[in-house]
Amino acid sequence: MEAFVKPGEKNRLKERPERPVKQELQPRVVKTPDGQEITVEPLKDYYCEAPPRVHPPAYAKIVEDLFNWARAESLWILGFGTGCGAIEMRPLMTPRFDAYRYGIQWRPTPRQANLFVISGYLSVKTLKRAIRSYEQMQNPKYVVGLGSCTINGGMYWDSYNTIKRLDRYLPVDLYITGCMPRPEALLAGFLELKKIIKAGKGEGANRYAENFDWYKANQKQVIHDWDMPDYSW
Amino acid sequence: MKDLTDRLGTLFSLGDITEKRDDLAFVSVAPDLLRAVITHLRDVEGFTHLVLLTAVDWIEGGQFQLTYLVHNRTRARDIGLRVFIDREEATMAGIHDLWPTAATYQRELKEMFGIDFPGSPRIDEEFILEGWTDIPPYRRDFDTKKYAEETYFHRPGRETFDPATHMKDKLYPGEAS
Repeated sequence: MEAFVKPGEKNRLKERPERPVKQELQPRVVKTPDGQEITVEPLKDYYCEAPPRVHPPAYAKIVEDLFNWARAESLWILGFGTGCGAIEMRPLMTPRFDAYRYGIQWRPTPRQANLFVISGYLSVKTLKRAIRSYEQMQNPKYVVGLGSCTINGGMYWDSYNTIKRLDRYLPVDLYITGCMPRPEALLAGFLELKKIIKAGKGEGANRYAENFDWYKANQKQVIHDWDMPDYSW
Repeated sequence: MKDLTDRLGTLFSLGDITEKRDDLAFVSVAPDLLRAVITHLRDVEGFTHLVLLTAVDWIEGGQFQLTYLVHNRTRARDIGLRVFIDREEATMAGIHDLWPTAATYQRELKEMFGIDFPGSPRIDEEFILEGWTDIPPYRRDFDTKKYAEETYFHRPGRETFDPATHMKDKLYPGEAS
């Protein structure tokens, strides 16, 4: 992993003004349905502060291969459409392309999903939500970058508000090129991802844990109103 | 639209009148007259729907142009009111009490152009951008390409070709262009 470098000379980290804590994140006293009064500290109660840990393969290769086969055959995608690419998911999950026959299905919450498809451009505001969602997913987890925007910015390469390289902020296992890629391309990409997982190379979550400081520094460089703990799950 | 602009002209001192179509015209009004004209249009002339409120940055003239587009549902026609305000002291009276939806447009204009509408609900809260520290991004002196290069990681290898010359070189190599 290359050293953390600033893309420009101007250091925006330093000129960031001190921002007040948002009202919904401030500690407060709430009344429970039973009539008890309890103190809620959102930043402590709603997040876990422990950083992620590396989970190396724990068993003999033959067992790990079985696990990886099982992981590859049940890819559960987080239903979080970040850009225009999310529109390609609808034909993919409905009978015409029917991704369910490959063991791929869509889940409503990060806790139930193990594949995060970043479907197109990511504005800085969405990046913050994407990071939170990614961190809430359980290991092992995979990230697929969909479309040109996640690779080099695509048509938003000179936008003031969208990131250009997804792999600087989240560990990407696979890119699917195109603008937009057709559902067939997505299916091909998912089959390719299965090969990666079966070969034991789907180690994105471990890469994220190993280079946690690097990823965090990159994330905080663009997300100016960082108001959550470093690792939020 | 002639009948309407004539009637307006007898009541208010209007600026340029541009009739784009039979059902669309634009009228320039002074900033302090806007409220009177737009209230008259809404209550007397039946222009009950605020279609949009947007701005143009005329940086050469040092002005912002605000466009208030209102629509008359029964007559199916639109009229746009153009207001020019100073670019340095970009402040305008809000119309959020006439149309509550205007407050949203005004918040957007505050964030994207830096045009202030004192008294408008939640005008100082962030609208779309979070933690924005630079000048408002829709102002024309904001260099979005430079900002993107300074702020975001760039993947090398991106090349741009002029399609005409590129295809010529590819299809007919060696020929002098």
